[in-house]
Amino acid sequence: MSKKQYERPVIQQLRTGITSKFGAAFESQALTHIDGVAVKDLIKEFGSPLFVLSERKIRENFKAANRSFKNRYPKVQFAWSYKTNYLNAICKVFHQEGSWAEVVSRFEYDKAIKNGVPPSKIIFNGPDKTDKDLELAASNHSPIHIDHFDELYRLKEIAEKLGRKIKVAIRVNMDTGVYPVWDRFGFNYENGQAWEAIQKIINSDTLDLVGLHTHIGTYMLTPNAYAVASSKLCYLAINVKKSFGKVVEYIDMGGGFASKNTLKGMYLKGVDVVPSVDEYADAITSAFLNAGFPTEDLPFLYLETGRALIDDAGFLLGSVIANKRLSDGRKATIMDFGVNIMFTSFWFDHKISPAQQSGGYTEDTVLYGPLCMNIDVLRENISLPPLNTGDQVVVHHVGAYNITQSMQFISMRPAIVLIDRNGKANVIRKLETLETLEKDELMPEYLEKIDL
Amino acid sequence: MKLKRNIAISDSGFVFNPSTGDSYSLNPVGLEILTLAKAQKNKDEIRQYMLDNYLLDLDTFEKDFDDFANMLDHFNLIEK
Repeated sequence: MSKKQYERPVIQQLRTGITSKFGAAFESQALTHIDGVAVKDLIKEFGSPLFVLSERKIRENFKAANRSFKNRYPKVQFAWSYKTNYLNAICKVFHQEGSWAEVVSRFEYDKAIKNGVPPSKIIFNGPDKTDKDLELAASNHSPIHIDHFDELYRLKEIAEKLGRKIKVAIRVNMDTGVYPVWDRFGFNYENGQAWEAIQKIINSDTLDLVGLHTHIGTYMLTPNAYAVASSKLCYLAINVKKSFGKVVEYIDMGGGFASKNTLKGMYLKGVDVVPSVDEYADAITSAFLNAGFPTEDLPFLYLETGRALIDDAGFLLGSVIANKRLSDGRKATIMDFGVNIMFTSFWFDHKISPAQQSGGYTEDTVLYGPLCMNIDVLRENISLPPLNTGDQVVVHHVGAYNITQSMQFISMRPAIVLIDRNGKANVIRKLETLETLEKDELMPEYLEKIDL
Repeated sequence: MKLKRNIAISDSGFVFNPSTGDSYSLNPVGLEILTLAKAQKNKDEIRQYMLDNYLLDLDTFEKDFDDFANMLDHFNLIEK
């Protein structure tokens, strides 16, 4: 007689209360393959935990977004937001698709150069640019987006030193109807600061105003905020032409389109409420086309979309270390990946799927990481099939920010593989080792010897 | 592990405690174990039945059974 498949016995109290009218989450459905490659094979070959990126999905996302905007507006240019994910292989995929680079620090700038991006196609954003950084970017003819008046005046000095005009844009912050207003980047629109900055640039002999930029927020769920921001920047550009006869070459609408992740506290799942790229494109391009530009003065539309282009192309594979019971009777499962490599778990309830088939029964579980730290909570409450030690899971939508913000802490950062369009898994960053960690450490001679 | 006498268990894994009005759901293995307990089987008999009928090793049974029994106790479903 063949024996039956065993699953850990589970009893759960049934609680009455308001249930979601949209039904239960589908997190009990197994995800056994990514782009045709078995999760168990990936873990067997590259270890657990493991970041996996789908090249097919990245390219699909980019093409869809590019098409969405170019179908509506004639002059569109995407620039890959390096801080979202600056693994060189990932940047190259975007550059192959035609994306420029958008960087916010010197090392990102250097990375873009090393990746072969022509300097004139590297947008230099961010509040932290040293004089050396500015000199280099100016010499290279990279578009520099000025964040504050101190930078504006420094750039004037640098232009005098270099003996030529520097092409600049200003970053503009504004009230778009979404609160709190992100007013820390650039010059404010409503109080006249942005116009003041424009006047100072136009009236200088050394700076050439070529663009206007804004970064209105992140994970923006309201396309209308982009419509408001676009209208305000278009109004500024038209007034620059009227007042000074100067045509603004481009308007950069920054990033911030939401990915399909679910924010903590959101009643509905991200996939149900996040606007499509088409909706963002509609809002922005309609504002541009209705602003009143003469056809010959239509500015280029630059976009620094990051999260929405890569989040759903990233997966984190992991394994169960142990199960335990908490003092109040809740089930807890300890995974081999923690918040140090899944930084976005602080604000997203990431979808997590088992990587093997199981019975249809689920139990409520607290999901912990492996760190010996109380904050290492991946999900406060998730309904998963009973998992055993060694079982594997797949975390969805981790392509944005997790890799760039992950930190080596207690455990080493995992390997990262890119599944190419032929279904081959390519290592694009190796698993960290003790050697990686100690590479830059130095030991004073008097501490060399210990005697215990 | 002795289940309280008035605890009702349905074939589909629905458990009802008439003393408190609380109800619970079981997965198939949980239902099997609770049905054996309801039939007055002791832990040794349940262990033997499970090892004979499921793809299961002794350590896993012990670990899972103890946790399950603790939960039954936590929900006040077994006699002290």
